[in-house]
Amino acid sequence: MDTSRSYLEPSSFSKKLAATIIIVYTVITLIPISWMVMTSFKNVNSAISYPPEVLFEPSLEGYVNLFTNRSRQSQEYLDSLPAPENWYEELVRSREMVITGPSKFLGRYSNSMIIGFGSTFASVFLGALAAYAFSRFRVPLKDDLLFFILSTRMFPPIAVAVPIFIMYRKLGLGDTHLGMIILYTVVNLSLAVWLLKGFMDEIPKEYEEAAMIDGYSRLQAFFKVVLPQAMTGIAATAIFCMIFSWNEYAFAVLLTQFNAQTAPPFIPTIIGEGGLDWPAIGAGTTLFLLPVMIFTIILRKHLLRGITFGAVRK
Amino acid sequence: MSKIKIVNLQKSFGDFTAVKNSNLTINDKEFFVLLGPSGCGKTTTLRMIAGLELPTSGEIYLGEEEVGMLRASERDIAFVFQLFALYPHMNVKNNLSFPLKMQGYSRSEIKTRVEEAAKLLRIDHILNSNISSLSGGDRQRVALGRALVRRPKAFLMDEPLGTLDAEFRELMCLELKKLHIDIGATTVYVTHDQLEAMSLADRIAVMDGGEILQADEPSVIYNKPATKFVASFIGSPGMNFISIDQGISNEQSTLNIEGTNFNIPKQYEISKGKKNSFGIRPENLSLTNEGGLKGSVFGVEYLGSRKIVTVKTNFGEIKVKTDISTSVKINENVQVKPSNDNIIIFDGVTDKSLKSEFMN
Repeated sequence: MDTSRSYLEPSSFSKKLAATIIIVYTVITLIPISWMVMTSFKNVNSAISYPPEVLFEPSLEGYVNLFTNRSRQSQEYLDSLPAPENWYEELVRSREMVITGPSKFLGRYSNSMIIGFGSTFASVFLGALAAYAFSRFRVPLKDDLLFFILSTRMFPPIAVAVPIFIMYRKLGLGDTHLGMIILYTVVNLSLAVWLLKGFMDEIPKEYEEAAMIDGYSRLQAFFKVVLPQAMTGIAATAIFCMIFSWNEYAFAVLLTQFNAQTAPPFIPTIIGEGGLDWPAIGAGTTLFLLPVMIFTIILRKHLLRGITFGAVRK
Repeated sequence: MSKIKIVNLQKSFGDFTAVKNSNLTINDKEFFVLLGPSGCGKTTTLRMIAGLELPTSGEIYLGEEEVGMLRASERDIAFVFQLFALYPHMNVKNNLSFPLKMQGYSRSEIKTRVEEAAKLLRIDHILNSNISSLSGGDRQRVALGRALVRRPKAFLMDEPLGTLDAEFRELMCLELKKLHIDIGATTVYVTHDQLEAMSLADRIAVMDGGEILQADEPSVIYNKPATKFVASFIGSPGMNFISIDQGISNEQSTLNIEGTNFNIPKQYEISKGKKNSFGIRPENLSLTNEGGLKGSVFGVEYLGSRKIVTVKTNFGEIKVKTDISTSVKINENVQVKPSNDNIIIFDGVTDKSLKSEFMN
């Protein structure tokens, strides 16, 4: 028996077990995602073929269909047209169709970006200010207020869909970017306040006191000294807020139609000939996944970094 | 640099009064130490001078200006925190220039000042280092540097050596003293370590329970403590107290304890009650065979150059600092006698020392 290792160190068996569990879990999680990405590169027929094709000839048809509107034409008409100018026109013509214009996807996608990042920024910014106040000042009824803030998350947001729908119609906020940003911010704010308060509590108040002694106002000290210290918390909070507002479906369906419609309610409505255009839906979903993935990867290093890196001795 | 004056300063947190009606004048260019046990109000006093706490009542003068209600950023003072509070997301250079940036100095002026301070504190070789890579002593120097780049009206330090290990603390103590002599800045320094206080201070204020008990030069605080608390808090070991069940009258110059007459300095004050105490420092006592308080040796500690002999008497344990050549055995019967008249009688009612020929 190996007696050289300390009791605190896991044995090689438990290390292997842990690795196996993680790998199995990763594979299970990645199967639907990789299936989705594969579907986006299939053509319409192989996407719905039975048995499902694992090896297939990749095609960009899904992406072309996602970004374009097309109409079917007779072979004579197609023959009478000049030769296609580029590869995607050629691809569409080979399916006996012509491109009639760009689809609405890009607009919906940028709506998602504006609303997602806008509400994330607003939640984190307001949440950080509120969390700082709760952490540092003697706020009357502090505990009750914090509980009240948290209580907004104790019911599913969709439970208040009807009053919000009516309210938004009266206020003219329905189907606007601002309306959706406000809505997602309200939902995310309680989470942001609670998460960030925990992080703010960890930051010694000496930092901002030092900054105030050095001639900075409290607000300046907050931005120059406290916020950089709270980056870990801000990154974590931002990721949670972003994922919620990016993925939100129910309110988006209910409150947006044209102007401010986000990608989630739009993607499933992509209909091809004689049914759903699975490769186009796969392509839309794949592209939809990217921003959150990139956002999380960028902020990951802050998540992993320690809070104060030892400048204050405790 | 300016003098600091606090007048009738008081601070309460709810029902708890942290600082009671305190008055102090700290002279220009003075190294002033606030000394006391934890919770005595010394840090609160310092934080009020800094503007990190607002006083409940009273005034604080910085130079001629009353600053009691001004914000910290408007007071032009520097503060060195116990935990240094160096900004961890900035390197040493940026930590040092942070206070200057706010005051709108030009880039070249900031550079000169930072380099000057770094040179003075011998941290010029680590200007580009990260705070996390520094040793405790270097962090301490950077914290001092951040305080002095701005050339503030006063330096306030809250136990800045508290987190350093013993060896380093001694070194930094010397450096601090030298720095103070070099730049001649008014400094208020908070500590609970009497040795630190004694070695650094021009004057010390001893605080307990939110009150300033005595503010004077270290030698006066040591030799002529104003209260029993000061006498016992200062000195290692502290002063010996012998309870006496008799009043003190004016002009009294002897005291009878257990049938033996002891000469005491001529008293100028009448005690308020019948229960008082007789205080004497261990080095002012000697061991003798007759004419002293009877007792037996309880313990002997060697301190290299001196010995501390603990004698068990009817009045409790009495510590005597003796010459190294004195040889006594445990349980040996000895007598303890004052070797000079550095004797202080403390009033049992007020705990204050009574005026005498010695305590004038």
